[in-house]
Amino acid sequence: MSAVLVLVETDAGGATEVSRETLTFVRGLGHDVHALVVGDGPAGLVDQLGAYGVTTVHHADGDAFTAYAAAAWAAAVLAAAGDATVVTAAGTPRGNEVLAHVACRLGVTMAANVVEVESVSPLAVSRQVLGGSALEEMRLEDPVAVFSVAGHACDPAEAESHATPVVHPLDVSVSEADLRARVVRTEPGEPDESGGLKSARVVVGAGRGAGGPEGFADLLELTELLGGSLGVSRVVTSLGWRPHHEQVGQTGSRVSPDLYVACGISGAIQHWAGMSSSKTILAINTDPDAPMVTKAHYAVIGDLHEIVPAVNEELRRRSAG
Amino acid sequence: MSDVLVCIKRVPDLGGEITLTPDGLGVDDSALGHTVSPHEECAVELAIQVAKDTDGQATVLTLGSSDAVEQLRHALALGCTGAVLVEADASGYGPADVAAAIAEVVRAHEAAGTTYDLVLLGNDASDTGDFQVGIRLSYLLDRPVVTGVSTLSVDGDSVVARGGAPDGGTEIFEVPLPAVLTVMEGGIEPRYPSIPGRMKAKKVQVEEVAPSGTPVGAGRVRLKLPPVQPSQVEVLGEGPEAAGAVVDLLEKLGVVR
Repeated sequence: MSAVLVLVETDAGGATEVSRETLTFVRGLGHDVHALVVGDGPAGLVDQLGAYGVTTVHHADGDAFTAYAAAAWAAAVLAAAGDATVVTAAGTPRGNEVLAHVACRLGVTMAANVVEVESVSPLAVSRQVLGGSALEEMRLEDPVAVFSVAGHACDPAEAESHATPVVHPLDVSVSEADLRARVVRTEPGEPDESGGLKSARVVVGAGRGAGGPEGFADLLELTELLGGSLGVSRVVTSLGWRPHHEQVGQTGSRVSPDLYVACGISGAIQHWAGMSSSKTILAINTDPDAPMVTKAHYAVIGDLHEIVPAVNEELRRRSAG
Repeated sequence: MSDVLVCIKRVPDLGGEITLTPDGLGVDDSALGHTVSPHEECAVELAIQVAKDTDGQATVLTLGSSDAVEQLRHALALGCTGAVLVEADASGYGPADVAAAIAEVVRAHEAAGTTYDLVLLGNDASDTGDFQVGIRLSYLLDRPVVTGVSTLSVDGDSVVARGGAPDGGTEIFEVPLPAVLTVMEGGIEPRYPSIPGRMKAKKVQVEEVAPSGTPVGAGRVRLKLPPVQPSQVEVLGEGPEAAGAVVDLLEKLGVVR
C-alpha cells in the first residue's frame, strides 16, 4: 500500500494540535500513514500517533538536529519518505518552510495551506489564497505530491482503530550546506506577547476608528472587564498607535475567540483573514454598510468612543449590583 | 559594502470584497489600486537600511507586466537606487519559475560585476501564498536561506537574522554571506517616500529583461470564493443607548466575568 508521510511538530503535550489535524486530514486519502518526528519527542508521543492511525514513526535524531535547520529537516523528510507518494506537514511557518525545501529538492510543485482534497486520482486539492479569502483549486501531478494542510482544515480526531506504530530510527545524511542556516540561539518571548491574544476567549478589536494612540483607554478597560485581549488592525500598527504583536490579520495573529468585538474596524480582507473564524462577531461602527458590520452576527451603529464607555459603565453597574 | 537585491510583487490592494475574472482564473483588479505585501514593504526597508549602513546599493526587482513599474518607482522613491523589471505574465509563473527568473538576473548582474550579498524577498506573497520563492532561489544560487526574518544586521561577511520561533520566542540565525532571506512584517517600520525621493525615482532607468525558458506554471485550475452569505447581522441599536442590549448579549454569550 502506498504511504503518506506527515512531518509531525511536537510540544510538551505531544503532537501539536495542527499536526493532529494534518494526521486526521491525510487519513482521508486512504494511504498508510507514516510520521516523522525530529529530535526528542515528549513521552507518550508514539502511542498518541498510533491513536491517530500512524503505522510507522520515523525518528531523526543526532547532532544535526539539536538546533533547528530547515534544510537538515528536509533531508530527514527525504530519508523518511521512502516510496511515499504524498508528503505533508501542517501549514505552520516551519511546516511550509521544510516542505518548500523538500519540494525543491525533489523538483516537484508544492501546495501550501490545503483545506480540501478535490480528487484523489489524479490528485487535485483546494488551498487558501488571498489570506484565506479565496480558494485555489490546484493540480498536483508529480510522482510525489507535496502539500501542507491549513490550520482548522478539519477537527483533530483519533482513528477508528488504533495502530501500534513501528518506530524506525533514521540514518539521515546531512550535508554541511544543510547546516549553513541554523538557529544559533533562541530567546524566550515576552510573557505578555501574542500568546494571550491567540488563545483569548474574548478579543476586543480596534481599527482606525480608535482615532489615535490615546483612543484606546476605553477599549482597554472593556478588554479588562471581559478578561480578554486587545487586537488591532494593520492600520493601527502601521500608524504606530499600538505595537505589532497586537495585530490581528493576514500578516498578524490569527484568532478564533468565542467573541470578537470589532470596534471601528471596516473589515478589509487583510483583517478579516485573521478573525473570521471567531464564533460570534459584534461590530461597533459608524458605517452600517461597512463589510465588518454586514458580515457580523451583531452590530451597534455609532461612535465607539460613545458606545464603549457606556458598555463599560453598564458592565460595572451590573457587577456591582 | 553590501549590495542588496530586494524582490517585490505587484498585487491588487483588496478592500472588503473580492471579484473574480469571468474565467475564474484570477482576481478582477480592474477597479482596484495596487500595492506590495506588508512583508515586502519591510523587505524594501531592510534593503535600504543595509545598503545605507554598508555604503552599498539596494536594487529592487519585480516579475510582472509593465504596470509593475509603479511598484518599482515606489521602492526607488524610498531609497533603492536600481530597478529591474522581469517582464512576464506573472499569472503563468509558479514559484519555481519566479525563482529561476530571479536567479537569472542575479547571475547576469554578477557577471557584470555586481554581487548581491543579500537577496531579500517577502515571506509569502499576499495573493498566491506559496511560501516558496525564496527557498527555491537559494537552491538555484547555492546560498543559505532563512525565512520569516523580522530584523537583520550585516556584520562583516555574515548576517544575523531574527525571527519568530514556534513557541512564541525568537530564533536567531547567523549565516555567511551571500545569503537569501525572506522577511516578515513586524520587526521594523517601513519609511514613507519623500518628495526629493520621488523626484529622484522618476529619473532612474528601469532595466527591463525578458526571462529565458518556458514557465512550468502554478498548476492553478481555478479560483473559488466562499458562497456569499446574505447579511445575518442583528443590529442591537444605535449609539450609547444600545449599551444595555450589548451587555445582555455578553451575558447570554457567557463572557462576562
